[in-house]
Amino acid sequence: MRIAAPVLASVLTLIVGSIFFASLGHDPLPTLYAFFVEPLSSMNGLSEWLLKASPLILIACGLAIGFRANVWNIGAEGQFIMGAVAASGVGLFWSDPDSALLLPLMFLAGMAAGMAWAAIPAFLRSRMNTNEILVTLMMTYIATLFLSYLVHGPWRDPAGFNYPQTALLPAAAMFQSFDPAYRLNSSIFITVVAVFLMWLFTDRSFLGYKMSVSGAAPLAARYAGFRESAAVWIGLLAGGAAAGIAGMAEAAGPLGQLSPQVSPGYGFAAIIVAFIGRLNAFGIVLGGLLMSLLFLGGEGVQMTLALPSALTRIFQGILLFFLLAADFFIFYRIRLVRPAPDAHALETAR
Amino acid sequence: MHPRLELRNISKRYPGVVANDDVSLSIQPGEIHAVLGENGAGKSTLMKIIYGAAHADSGEIYCDGNLILAHNPAMSRALGIEMVYQHFALFESVSVVENIALSASSAFNLPSLAEKIRELSLRYGMPIDPHRQVHDLSVGERQRVEIVRCLLQAPKLLILDEPTSVLTPQAVVKLFDTLRQLAAEGCSIVYISHKLDEVQELCDTATVLRNGKVTGTARPKETTSLELARMMVGSKLPEMHVSPAAPSEKPVLEVRDLSAKARDHFGVDLKDVSFNVHGGEIVGLAGVSGNGQAELIALLSGERRHGQGDAIKINGTPAASLRPDERRKLGLAFVPEERLGRGAVPSHTLWENAVLTAHRFGTVRKGLVDRRRAAAFASGIIDRFKVKANGPAATAQSLSGGNLQKYIVGREIALAPKLLLVSQPTWGVDVGASAFIRQTIVDLSRAGTAVFVVSEELDELFEICDRLLVICQGRVSPPLLRTSTDREEIGLLMTGRTMGKDQTGSSSVALQD
Amino acid sequence: MELFTAIFTGTIVAATPLIFAALGELVVEKSGVLNLGIEGMMLMGAALAFWAVTAGYSMPVAILAGALAGAAASLLFGVLALTFLTNQYAAGLALAIFGSGVSAFIGRGFGSDPIEALHGVNIAILSGLPVLGPLLFRFDPLVYLALAMFVAISWFLYRTKAGLILRTVGESPQTSHAIGYPVIRIRYMAVLFGGLMAGLAGAYLSVAYTPLWVENMTAGKGWIALALVVFATWRPLRVLLGAWLFGGMTILQLQGQALGLQVPSELLSALPYLATIVVLVLISRNRQMLALHFPASLAKPFRPAG
Repeated sequence: MRIAAPVLASVLTLIVGSIFFASLGHDPLPTLYAFFVEPLSSMNGLSEWLLKASPLILIACGLAIGFRANVWNIGAEGQFIMGAVAASGVGLFWSDPDSALLLPLMFLAGMAAGMAWAAIPAFLRSRMNTNEILVTLMMTYIATLFLSYLVHGPWRDPAGFNYPQTALLPAAAMFQSFDPAYRLNSSIFITVVAVFLMWLFTDRSFLGYKMSVSGAAPLAARYAGFRESAAVWIGLLAGGAAAGIAGMAEAAGPLGQLSPQVSPGYGFAAIIVAFIGRLNAFGIVLGGLLMSLLFLGGEGVQMTLALPSALTRIFQGILLFFLLAADFFIFYRIRLVRPAPDAHALETAR
Repeated sequence: MHPRLELRNISKRYPGVVANDDVSLSIQPGEIHAVLGENGAGKSTLMKIIYGAAHADSGEIYCDGNLILAHNPAMSRALGIEMVYQHFALFESVSVVENIALSASSAFNLPSLAEKIRELSLRYGMPIDPHRQVHDLSVGERQRVEIVRCLLQAPKLLILDEPTSVLTPQAVVKLFDTLRQLAAEGCSIVYISHKLDEVQELCDTATVLRNGKVTGTARPKETTSLELARMMVGSKLPEMHVSPAAPSEKPVLEVRDLSAKARDHFGVDLKDVSFNVHGGEIVGLAGVSGNGQAELIALLSGERRHGQGDAIKINGTPAASLRPDERRKLGLAFVPEERLGRGAVPSHTLWENAVLTAHRFGTVRKGLVDRRRAAAFASGIIDRFKVKANGPAATAQSLSGGNLQKYIVGREIALAPKLLLVSQPTWGVDVGASAFIRQTIVDLSRAGTAVFVVSEELDELFEICDRLLVICQGRVSPPLLRTSTDREEIGLLMTGRTMGKDQTGSSSVALQD
Repeated sequence: MELFTAIFTGTIVAATPLIFAALGELVVEKSGVLNLGIEGMMLMGAALAFWAVTAGYSMPVAILAGALAGAAASLLFGVLALTFLTNQYAAGLALAIFGSGVSAFIGRGFGSDPIEALHGVNIAILSGLPVLGPLLFRFDPLVYLALAMFVAISWFLYRTKAGLILRTVGESPQTSHAIGYPVIRIRYMAVLFGGLMAGLAGAYLSVAYTPLWVENMTAGKGWIALALVVFATWRPLRVLLGAWLFGGMTILQLQGQALGLQVPSELLSALPYLATIVVLVLISRNRQMLALHFPASLAKPFRPAG
């Protein structure tokens, strides 16, 4: 039953997409083919698919831990950028550019920077009662401007023809590709581990249980003595760590340097991935694969059919709209079929 | 002459339950008519049908001899039928006159409406200031607002749903005076209650409901309590077994000079609260709701902490600054008044809700939840406390109020507490489950546990408690032995009348009369 | 004096989109609904108004088009949040993302050329006054509309029965329903009004404030408007003051760049965002003050029983 809503939402999004393409004067079927099938019909396409799915899944896993506890970190984009910045800083300026420790150090730097960027809203929410939605978002704008400042200013590559970007990272600072012909690299194993940890935490651990109580019934959490501030800290730090690592992997993987466009919107898209995945580890894997396909498809039709890449964001929004609406129908259909569990409502009715 | 209101063969079914079964009754102008029955007998459904907020599956309603078709609340008001709900339909954030303006059909003219409210409320002996904010009003004052709101429409029939459950005995007397005055002016009154003594004092006629059926019609002033009670609950009245208490030498719970500011301006400050609860006894806290009970219970349970650790001691250990789970290690267990959302997570299963407080009892090992043990724990409670549920995988919100309360009480008792706090143990719970829960609490105390009960039902407190405290305006009275006090004395204390000398004028804010 | 005039008028102008968007959201939140999608609605308003101007429609029509685009976008949110009872955070976020996508799609052919901006008013005598003329009477009409909206909304909320109904729906939809008010319909109207105002805010940006089209040109102003409502503790006058404060911040930062302050422009640009955080922290610490005017049912889904 849990997967019915996401499947229904995906189908509806496809239908709306067809109508949309048709209204733009493109034959829907070939367009949908170009959007959703063509990207996966080559080895390179598959490599790109997983390459983009990996950060989405990783970030969504971290965010979902917070969302389950009603901690709304929607600034993963900023945490991603700070992770990329810190990791690139280590990669660019570490005294020994050939050290085998370089990559692990960058990993730690990226994770720490993402967590630090998320720790500010965590502190403000738990100590100062400040809304984390707004703070995480404002922090994203600040991170974007900070990155822009670095690549236009002090970190700009002097040999880069005045482009706003840093020098290339040394080889030791890069994840190994599986095959030199494709960009997919070993950082995907980080995501695999993260999915497992996320499952263990949310489905099995007592800490995860406490967080779910905090999210579902805050007064019950207080009644049981589970600390609200712990839920806030864990929720935000998990998202920050995941986004920071994803940012590091992006810099040390497909990009190899810092530029103002480090993230193609992974931080925001991951929020949708978390929802489509029902805040559940395996659902998030599927959601991430779907979302990655939307990114690829958007790029694909931009090149082959000259449609704007903004389509990707439109599809993301529509998908989320349909998912939320589908939830409603499925939830109430169950209630109509099985009125028995509603004994409580009955009692109040009397 | 036609009766003011007549019901003929009203039936109403909800899936699985017959709420009203072939109910007929008739009310004359100026009559005060009781609808008497236990929780769950179908009284509230019947009232909603009369008011048009629910529709009968079959049967007819006549008003002044005319059949009412296509019934709804607006039509009721047009016919002169008004209803005072048990849970008031008032907005806290706006003033009395604004609240009343919201349901008045007249033009939006607050000054003239305020003047009308002032006049009318004085005429019926229940003065209210139309410009006060509702959140500053006591429960009794809010009820006056509700009644005045109805009276402004010059009703021909007034329905009151359990109006005294929130009042002190003295305020009840005042309310009855008002209702008699109204009836004398020709207004019919439908008075819904489960309290025999009130019905006998006030009402001309009573229709008694049980399991949705009319089990009798009586003139309560000429009928004995026993007869009425038989009609209400059937032949078998639940009996309580309360053996004499054998209190432990040392108190289990000690509260010393506990003072605390309210969290927000809707709350009440606690002032120098002191009392003890010993093992083996039940101490009850009486009081009109909103006099500091919520604050006190949150401080005792640890949901709110206090800087001065020894203001609360559990088994001799200063506990006021400890968190709830730390206090639980000292032997505390707690049944809160809100079952859904506080005592249990509505969307979680019963086994998950067992882990909520039973995580020290083998349901969590090495940081991981042991699902099998949690399920076994939950099944144990379900069996032992006769909870009607679809096994440990049923969600908390799928249980009826009474069954969920049994589950929560059972869970807390299964933790073998040395001190049990219970708030409103039987609110909205049917007769059978209430008796079971009360007996369970008594049995626990006789086995040596210290029990502290907060309740607004005086009957309940008199039934199970060994000693009684009264809270008013954040102050707690010295303890009274149940055997040497009575309702009159408790009632006076609830209004703050005979409390300490430092009682100042401000206390009149909470007065109910 | 000229610098002062520039800063003063600049502040008023920069505050105008924030006033529109935040006052609209204030009404929405007063009814108990939290719409996080302001950014998306503003972008759609901005894109559509800009399109209307380039398509040759008159300025009033273009501005109306922007407002209606915002309202249409808010309807999507309304259906999800009010009819389908979804999580309002999620529905608002979806709207923010969707609106940014749609606006970028609409704006794909706009190019980077500016259009002729909305003119300032010219009120015979007043605009010609020395000192006061340039200071107060030469703004474009939308600046005055924003102030008029402030007066109208304050009057509506606190002086009319409809405003009282709206506020009480925000406190307790259950009670409002019980005494017979159509809660869902009232909330729909509030949400649509919020969308209209956000669309107006967006239109102001693209046809008056910076009369050209840039993707994501709102640059977080929708989110700042949300923060302003919290900062204002749900009171219209404080929304106005807060908007001026932020308008002033934006202008000082621009003036700072123009005067050649030795601070990188990116860091100066971060100031409004930083200020938003600081202001939120200061206001949120005082829980009692927040609670006083807080719509108690905010963001809680409501479904009429029975």
